[in-house]
Amino acid sequence: MLETTKIGGAVVPRIARAAFGGVLALALLGGAAQAAGEAPHIEKQDWSFSGIFGRYDRAQLQRGFKIYRESCGLCHSLDYIAFRNLTDPSGPAFSEEAAKQIASEYTITDISNETGQPFDRPATLTDHVPSPYPNSTAAAAANGGAVPPDFSLIAKARAVHRGFPGFIVDAFANYAENGPDYIHALLLGYEDPPADVEPVPAKFYNPVFLAGNWIAMPPPLQDGQFEYTDGTPETVEQYSTDISAFLMWAAEPHLVERKEFGFRAMIFLAVFALLLYLTKRKLWRNIAH
Amino acid sequence: MSGHGSSNFQPNSKVVRWIDSRLPLFSLANEQAIEFPTPKNLNYMWTFGAILMFMLITMMVSGIVLAMHYAANTELAFDRVEHIMRNVNFGWLIRYIHAVGASMFFFAVYMHIARGIYYGSYKAPREVLWMLGVVILILMMATAFMGYVLPWGQMSFWGATVITNLFSAIPLVGPTIVEWLWGGFAVDNPTLNRFFALHYLLPFVILGVVILHIWALHISGNNNPTGVSVKSSKDTVPFHPYITIKDLFAMVLFMLLYAYFVFYIPNYLGHPDNYIQADPLVTPAHIVPEWYLLPFYAMLRAIPSKLGGVVVMFASLLILFVIPWLDTSRVRSAKYRPMFKIAFWVWVVACIALGWLGAQPAEGIYVLLARIGTAYYFLFFLILMPVIGLFETPKPVPNSISEAVLKGKSGLSHEDEAALRGSEKPAGSGDVRPDGAPAAPKKD
Repeated sequence: MLETTKIGGAVVPRIARAAFGGVLALALLGGAAQAAGEAPHIEKQDWSFSGIFGRYDRAQLQRGFKIYRESCGLCHSLDYIAFRNLTDPSGPAFSEEAAKQIASEYTITDISNETGQPFDRPATLTDHVPSPYPNSTAAAAANGGAVPPDFSLIAKARAVHRGFPGFIVDAFANYAENGPDYIHALLLGYEDPPADVEPVPAKFYNPVFLAGNWIAMPPPLQDGQFEYTDGTPETVEQYSTDISAFLMWAAEPHLVERKEFGFRAMIFLAVFALLLYLTKRKLWRNIAH
Repeated sequence: MSGHGSSNFQPNSKVVRWIDSRLPLFSLANEQAIEFPTPKNLNYMWTFGAILMFMLITMMVSGIVLAMHYAANTELAFDRVEHIMRNVNFGWLIRYIHAVGASMFFFAVYMHIARGIYYGSYKAPREVLWMLGVVILILMMATAFMGYVLPWGQMSFWGATVITNLFSAIPLVGPTIVEWLWGGFAVDNPTLNRFFALHYLLPFVILGVVILHIWALHISGNNNPTGVSVKSSKDTVPFHPYITIKDLFAMVLFMLLYAYFVFYIPNYLGHPDNYIQADPLVTPAHIVPEWYLLPFYAMLRAIPSKLGGVVVMFASLLILFVIPWLDTSRVRSAKYRPMFKIAFWVWVVACIALGWLGAQPAEGIYVLLARIGTAYYFLFFLILMPVIGLFETPKPVPNSISEAVLKGKSGLSHEDEAALRGSEKPAGSGDVRPDGAPAAPKKD
C-alpha cells in the first residue's frame, strides 16, 4: 500500500524509490554477470551518441569510415554493413552518389547469369562491404595465425569489465559506451613492454588488450596518416575517436532511432502512469486499506 | 467460487444471455475477473502476478514475431539475428523487447516468489497454487536457457555446452542422455533445431500451467499482508475496478523500468561475447549464464563433485515444492514472525550474494563464500523453517483484515514495523489467534 498516506506529494519520492530499487536490483544482479576479472583503466570519452538524446556525428562517422577504408579494412571485414547503409540519415549520411562512388571502388566476385562462371564487377549499393580475405584460413595465414576479427559488431562484443561499483553506477548513469571507449583506449594503448617482461615474437605490447597484454595487430595509426578536409586534427588521438564512433554506428545502426523512440515511449508511459495513479486514488478514496 | 450461475449476473443483452446459458463465458468473467472478492489490504508486492501475465504475453507476442524472421540453423542463426537488428522494420525494438523481457520476467517472478515466502502464501490452503508456481518457474528457466542458445553467439554455444554436459554426471545413463539432448556428439545443428522447437513450445505449456495457477488462486482466494484469512465481505473489495486499476498502475510503472532498459541500456544485461558468432574451437575466458541463473550456477560450482553440484543445483529448485510442509508455523505472514523475518532477509542476501558469486571465477575466496551461501540456502528451508515455527513466539495477529486496516491506518503500512505497532494489541483478546494458521484454514 504505497500510497496509504493522504499526502499525495509523498507518493512521488516513494515511486522514485521503487524505480531506483528496480534499477538497482537489476543492476546488482545483471551487472554481476560482467563483474568478473581485473580490468585495465579505460577512460570514458565524450561521445555524441551517449545519453538520452545521443546522436551520431555525421562528419565523425564519415571520417571514421575513411579510416576504415584506408587502413582497418585492409585486414578487417565489415560483413553486416552494406554500401546502402552509408546513406543512413542518422548514420554517416553520405549522399547516394557518394555511396555509389565508394561502392564502385570495391570489387565483388559474382557469378555470371549467362555463363555461370565467376567474374569481377564493381560493387553497388546493395552489396555488402567485401571481406579483404576469401576465408578465415587465408586471413589467419596472412596475419601470423591470428584472424583479424570482423568489425560489424566489435563495439558491442568486447566484455570490458567495469568492476564494482562501476557496473551498478553504469545502469543509472545510462552508460552503454564501454565498447567504443575500449576501442579508443586500445588504439592508444600501445607502449614499450616493462623491462622484466619477456617480449613475445610478432606481437605488440598493449596492456589495454583484453585477451592478454600482447596483441597481434601492430599499432595501426600514426599522426598525419589520413587526410581530413574539414580541419579536424590529424592525430592518433582523433583518429582513434573517429574510428571508434564509426564502429559503434556499425554495431548499432538504429541507436538514434531507438533513443528518439524511447524518449517518446517513456514520456507516454510516465503520463499514463500518473493518470492511472490519480484514477486509482479516486477509486480507493473511501476504502480503508 | 468455482461454480457458475450462482452469482447475481443478469446480462441485459439477449445475445449475451443466449450465449451465457450455453457456454457461461460471461458469468465466468463476471465472477472471476469483476466481482471476485479480493482482500482490500494487498500491497504493491501483490501486483507482480498481473505484471507476470503481461510479461508472458509480451514474450510470446515478440517471440512469435522474431520467429518469423529467424532461422534455426547454425550457419544462419547469427546472421538472421543481425538481419532482424538491422533490416527488419523495428526488428531492433522487437528483439530488445524480447531479450530484455527475459530479464524483466525473471525480476518479476523472483519478486513474486519472495513475496510468497515472506507472507506465507505457500501455506494451507494454497499448497497446490504454490507448487504450480514452482512448476512455472522451472519451465521458465528451461525456456530462457534454450532461448539464450538461439542467437548462436559464443555464450549461447558455450552455455549450452556447459549446461547440457551437467547431465553427463548422472551415473550409468548420463552420457547417453547428453547425446540424446544434443542429437549428436556435440552441441550442433540438431541441438539448435530442437532448442528452437522447444523454446517455441514451452511458453504455451507455461500458459497452460498459469491458467491452473490462477484457477487454484481463485479457489483459495488471495493471501494478504496480514496472512489472516478473509472473514467477511468487509475484508474485501471487488476485483474490478479496485484491483484492476491498481495492477494497471503498477504494470505501467514496471513498463517504465522495462522501457528504460530496452531503449537506453539494451545490452547492459546481456553478455558482450554473445555478439561474437559461436565458435566451437574458441572457449570464452569466462562462461557465465544470464544473471537470473547465476545463483544456481554458483551453487553448482560450490560443490567439489560434479554429480554433487548437479544434485544440489536441482535440489535448490525442487525443495521449493515441499516448503508448505517444512514450515511448521501456525502464522502465515512474516510480519508477525520476528525470527522468521530475520531468517528470510538473510536468505534474500544469500541469494543475491550467490548471484554475484556465480559471475566470479570459481576459485579461492569465491568458492568458500559460495559454499556458505549454498549452505544457508538449504539451512533456511530444511532447518530454520521447521525449527523457527516450533520455537518462535509470534506477535499478536489481528482478528481480521478490516481490523488490521483500521489499526494500521495511521502508519505507513508498507513498512512492516509501523503496521506492526498499529496492530500489536488486538481487540478483545491478547491471545494469538489460530487464524492464519495452516492447520485450520477457514472456508469462507
